Amino acid sequence: MEDMLFYDRMQFAFTITFHYLFPQLTMGLSLMIVYFKWRFLRTKIDKYNDAAKFWMKIFALNFAMGVVTGIPMEFQFGTNWAKFSELTGGIIGQTLAMEGMFSFFLESSFLGLFLFGEKLMGQKLHFLTGFLVFLGSWASGYLIIATHSWMQYPVGYEILENGKFVLNNFGALFSNPWLMPAFLHNQMGSVITSSFVVASIGAFYLLNNKHSEFGKLFVKTGIIFGLISSILVAFPTGDWAAKNVAKHQPVTFAAMEGIFETEDGGAEIILIGQPDVENKKLDNKIAVPNVLSFLTYQRWDAEIKGLNEFDESVYPTNIPGLYYSYHIMVGLGTIFIGLLLIAGIQLYRKKLYTTKWVLWTLMFMLPFPYIANTAGWYTAELGRQPWLVYNLLRTADGISPTVSSGNTLFTLLGFIGLYALLGLLFIMLAAKIIHKGPETTKHI
Amino acid sequence: MELLWYIILMTMLTIYVILDGYDFGAGIIHLFFAKTEKDKKAVTNAIGPFWDANEVWLIAVGGVLFFAFPTLYASSFSGFYLPLMMILWLLIFRAIGLELRGQIKNRMWEAVWDKAFGIASLLLALFFGIALGNIVRGVNLGMVTDGVSTHEPHFFFLPLWNSSFSPHAEHLGVIDWFTLMLGLVGVVSLAIHGANWIIFKTNSDLNPKLKKVIFNLNFVLLALVIISLSTWHIIDPNPFRNFMEHPWLIIFPLITFTGLFGLFKVKSFKKDGLGFLFSTLFLLGGLASTVASIFPKVLPSTNDVNPSLTLYNVAAHDYGLSIGVYWFVIAAFLVAVYMFVQYRVFRGKMDDVGYGDH
Repeated sequence: MEDMLFYDRMQFAFTITFHYLFPQLTMGLSLMIVYFKWRFLRTKIDKYNDAAKFWMKIFALNFAMGVVTGIPMEFQFGTNWAKFSELTGGIIGQTLAMEGMFSFFLESSFLGLFLFGEKLMGQKLHFLTGFLVFLGSWASGYLIIATHSWMQYPVGYEILENGKFVLNNFGALFSNPWLMPAFLHNQMGSVITSSFVVASIGAFYLLNNKHSEFGKLFVKTGIIFGLISSILVAFPTGDWAAKNVAKHQPVTFAAMEGIFETEDGGAEIILIGQPDVENKKLDNKIAVPNVLSFLTYQRWDAEIKGLNEFDESVYPTNIPGLYYSYHIMVGLGTIFIGLLLIAGIQLYRKKLYTTKWVLWTLMFMLPFPYIANTAGWYTAELGRQPWLVYNLLRTADGISPTVSSGNTLFTLLGFIGLYALLGLLFIMLAAKIIHKGPETTKHI
Repeated sequence: MELLWYIILMTMLTIYVILDGYDFGAGIIHLFFAKTEKDKKAVTNAIGPFWDANEVWLIAVGGVLFFAFPTLYASSFSGFYLPLMMILWLLIFRAIGLELRGQIKNRMWEAVWDKAFGIASLLLALFFGIALGNIVRGVNLGMVTDGVSTHEPHFFFLPLWNSSFSPHAEHLGVIDWFTLMLGLVGVVSLAIHGANWIIFKTNSDLNPKLKKVIFNLNFVLLALVIISLSTWHIIDPNPFRNFMEHPWLIIFPLITFTGLFGLFKVKSFKKDGLGFLFSTLFLLGGLASTVASIFPKVLPSTNDVNPSLTLYNVAAHDYGLSIGVYWFVIAAFLVAVYMFVQYRVFRGKMDDVGYGDH
């Protein structure tokens, strides 16, 4: 039984982590492609259209990866989490079915038109198809996070005698207080990823003295989108999301902030330290007094409950994992703001393209927004453990009762092998597109 | 309300089989009959801008199944764990085969992805046929051993096969001779369907040859259908009871046979879309007849201890189903608009789309 739960969790964690590397780019990138396309319509300067076309190639590759790794996600609710699906399908099935019906059809129909139909449709319609792809991808994110929010903060339901969750208020799924902060926070995270990818490849072109015209455009656009989104991801959306956790999941909040003991006169904010859960303390701590109380309740002396106030049976299953995920996300988010501010100032002073160290740093930042987004999701998911539906249904009670651990390990190994191959092919093809670079329109 | 969602779900499933069916069929044709680069191009061009959107129907079917019939979704997806995972892997291979082939101009690279696309298409057609076989044959619900359920009455697990390959064994496997036969029906009928689509959407040099292929395969299909029907009583002693009670249902077998026999005239069709119409009729009628034969069951029980799953005992609660109708109507309308736009823009022959060159 223990093994079954372990492998089911590993498989879901592995496949969702890999899957989300692709949508986090495509959601943000679709916005930036729409921007390039819009600039082209306004200015009629070919450079913008060429930029849009170049990023469409990267988008198409990522989209294909997102689709093929996304189908297993929908299947796994039933294959590995059958009891959970049976009990809650009447509720989360709503939002997941809506995702398929509203966003996947929209995205897939118009992506084909967007990729192959520029000559057939003319520029304005082409812009429209791009916009619809963007709309579809963000709607998909919205409905997934509506599902996620219900698991974090269940609303609009009742529980029947047989344990089944039944929907009794459809509107509540969408007015869930958890939803909007989580959605906006996530989308800003996605824009950060795409901004850094665009800026990083732009910096690569500039440093390499190749496609310099595009290099400048990419770096500039990446920095502007990145600066706006990395500020918005922290404030107000991140702040808002954290306050939800403090209010509705106080034990999770204590664990992710690393607060073992309630402090009189206000809680400190932990910057660095290693949680020692066995001895209920934090080693090598660097902290700033009272700041956490202020950030959470706007009062320096507000009380924040430490883990000591809760029963161990409701502790998050993996406190160190949760704590590190959260701190990695916040730490990287802070670095992003700092770096982009410097780059933004250099851009404003018109010195950016010659400030080599900033360009080098931007280029090497490529993996870090992926790490930050992944860490953010681990914070949300580890924070909900040991529950599938917070406070109502335990993870251990949601697995498929008839699928043996041996069979799950078999498929987990299969996914690891298959995704390693996919990852390799992806990197190879992405490198090929980047190496080839944007093509300039030739007027005859 | 359950009945309405059942009809919606079955309609969506049929649409999925007809649409992605021609993609799988094109893959099978690609594997066996497309020898030259030009032939291969014709096959991939024919499905190029469509296959991705067609696959979305599978996700949509999964979503609606999850939402409207959560118990059936949970029971069947965990019970058919291994074949479903393999279907997922095959779908991945098939998709990357299609997407990646054109990315690098190199004969070895192309050969690998051609085979990945073709073989995955073939196996998917086989697996979907086998899946249909499993649904009509039923499963050991509750995993009854010696007259006692070892699990909740709606859960089960099937290994890929058992030693006897028999649809009658106490411990069934996914693949036995009966389900395998339906798997072959899947392969042959989708190969025909895919060939018809290629003829419909391209002016390829392959087309005259494909008409012969369709004609010959149709004999195989007829033989398989006759053998299936004459052995059907082994898994269901009285498969015709629903048709006796509700004679209007006979329309479905009639549609099936119209499609099947119509295809024997494939060589004399003047219009290229006609063959596709007939293979569509065959798939639509065949699927509907099969599903109608077990109605209202959705997954029969092979033991006497636990009742079969019916559309009534696996459905979600009424409120959710009722409210779902509202958004579904809007979504279905939008989907119809998208499909109209898509098939309108990419109407006619697809020979010069240049798919895969982007």
